Amino acid sequence: MTGSVRDPLLQVRDLTHHYGRQLGCRDVSFDLHPGEVLGIVGESGSGKTTLLKCVSGQLQPTDGSVSYRTRDLGPVDVYGMSEARRRLLMRTDWGIVYQNARDGLRMKVSAGANVGERLMAIGDRHYGHIRSEAVDWLERVEMDMGRIDDMPGTFSGGMQQRLQIARNLVTKPRLVFMDEPTSGLDVSVQARLLDLIRGLVRSLGIACIVVTHDLGVVRLLSHRLMVMKGGQVVEHGLTDQVLDDPQHPYTQLLVSSILPV
Amino acid sequence: MTSVIPHPNASVATSAAPVRLAGYNFAYLDEQTKRMIRRALLKAVAIPGYQVPFGSREMPLPYGWGTGGIQVTAAVIGPDDVLKVIDQGADDTTNAVSIRRFFAKTAGVATTDRTVDATVIQTRHRIPEVPLTENQILVYQVPIPEPLRQLEPREAETRKMHALEEYGVMHVSLYEDIAKFGRITRSYNYPVRVNGRYVMAPSPIPKFDNPKMDRMPALQLFGAGREKRIYAVPPYTDVKSLDFEDHPFEIETWEEDCSLCGAEDSYLDEVIVDDKGTKMYVCSDSDYCRERREAGHQGDGGPK
Repeated sequence: MTGSVRDPLLQVRDLTHHYGRQLGCRDVSFDLHPGEVLGIVGESGSGKTTLLKCVSGQLQPTDGSVSYRTRDLGPVDVYGMSEARRRLLMRTDWGIVYQNARDGLRMKVSAGANVGERLMAIGDRHYGHIRSEAVDWLERVEMDMGRIDDMPGTFSGGMQQRLQIARNLVTKPRLVFMDEPTSGLDVSVQARLLDLIRGLVRSLGIACIVVTHDLGVVRLLSHRLMVMKGGQVVEHGLTDQVLDDPQHPYTQLLVSSILPV
Repeated sequence: MTSVIPHPNASVATSAAPVRLAGYNFAYLDEQTKRMIRRALLKAVAIPGYQVPFGSREMPLPYGWGTGGIQVTAAVIGPDDVLKVIDQGADDTTNAVSIRRFFAKTAGVATTDRTVDATVIQTRHRIPEVPLTENQILVYQVPIPEPLRQLEPREAETRKMHALEEYGVMHVSLYEDIAKFGRITRSYNYPVRVNGRYVMAPSPIPKFDNPKMDRMPALQLFGAGREKRIYAVPPYTDVKSLDFEDHPFEIETWEEDCSLCGAEDSYLDEVIVDDKGTKMYVCSDSDYCRERREAGHQGDGGPK
């Protein structure tokens, strides 16, 4: 492994993206260290998802750089590397959990095959091994083993989300991107999923970037927090600090908008 | 060339001196089109298993009946060639008869049923049982050239997957078979890897024929008319069927032998012979079966 634990895993500098004349996000810079969970919050249209797509290699930014510390070569510019290498990185060392499980799962193959796909993509050709890894990971995300050969379409929303997580973690990634992982789920399922994600992220030491509009999610999951508005980061700090003592007027508004139960 | 048996159905000349009508080009297609197809073929041979796009022409038969194969044959056939056409292994099925007559008429070439006499063999769904030689070309009719199509509907994405050798998803489909049925149940159009690089659809031949493609001395050309793709396997090229280490590739086997010729090593068709479901098994390769019977081999004659 190149670099020490103190070196950042991901370095984002002056990231800007325009959709034609429309601003996506502007001048975003941050570092992410191994095992760290970064929350990104903001209202709809504030540029959260654009930022996540740019950082996760899915959308080439108009300007700025994204540098990832690979296992073999050290820090590498994500958009400077060949597409083959970037795609390999995305399906081995990274994971992406989508808001809509249908975007992240292969709906026409069984749950077991969904989990095993990444292993087969990196050259595992032993059915028994793939199968046992799939069983192991489905257990770790608390799925019923009787459903391993069922299609994801027959699963509930919470199960689909857990399957997506298992599918991403099977190659033991170091960095996972999550785009609104809990939205669209009811609160009890949300709580269980958050508990699961928190446990997995802590025990495996995975660095994580979580985009959400739900402040409860970031309070539970993330160490640090970025607040976005109009495509820009307006506040940045430790999660508890930002939520308990918001400085920017927009953050104050956001925090005060949480409905008390 | 040895003895050539004129086809009984072919009323047109199959003799050495073909009758050509003035104003019509040899083998139906115009020379520019043939050049275009030959260029695609050269590229396909240079990159084994790679699907080369080509400007497929409208042919006087419907898509799905061999428009791709017929264009490839028209581009490679010469006046001295001897053509054999098979459909599901048989020379006497509608598709085979009409394509054979088409070339007898438009190119005036000799046609034959005998595999060993043919220089160009156009096929649908089978590879002949008799091993082919360096002097032969095998032309396949292909309905769906893209092996990844069932798993990835986007053409742009499948091209990228081929370019970057991202073939893991192919194994996902085989995994599904084993998870559901305990073994790989895919029995035709079984995906192969050509020359260690491109994953290729071998056209809907039974997987029984897959091992014949490996290091075959004959040139293998594939034409997909509707999909406008040509690909090829040059002679003596590695063609490996995909599998898992603990679930290796296997071909079909039968407990029965051919009822007519007694062959134990050929691909058998199940034929229902009465209303009670009585069945017999016969060679799907009709030429192979006849040759064996002419050489004195005999089966049990089927159910009495």
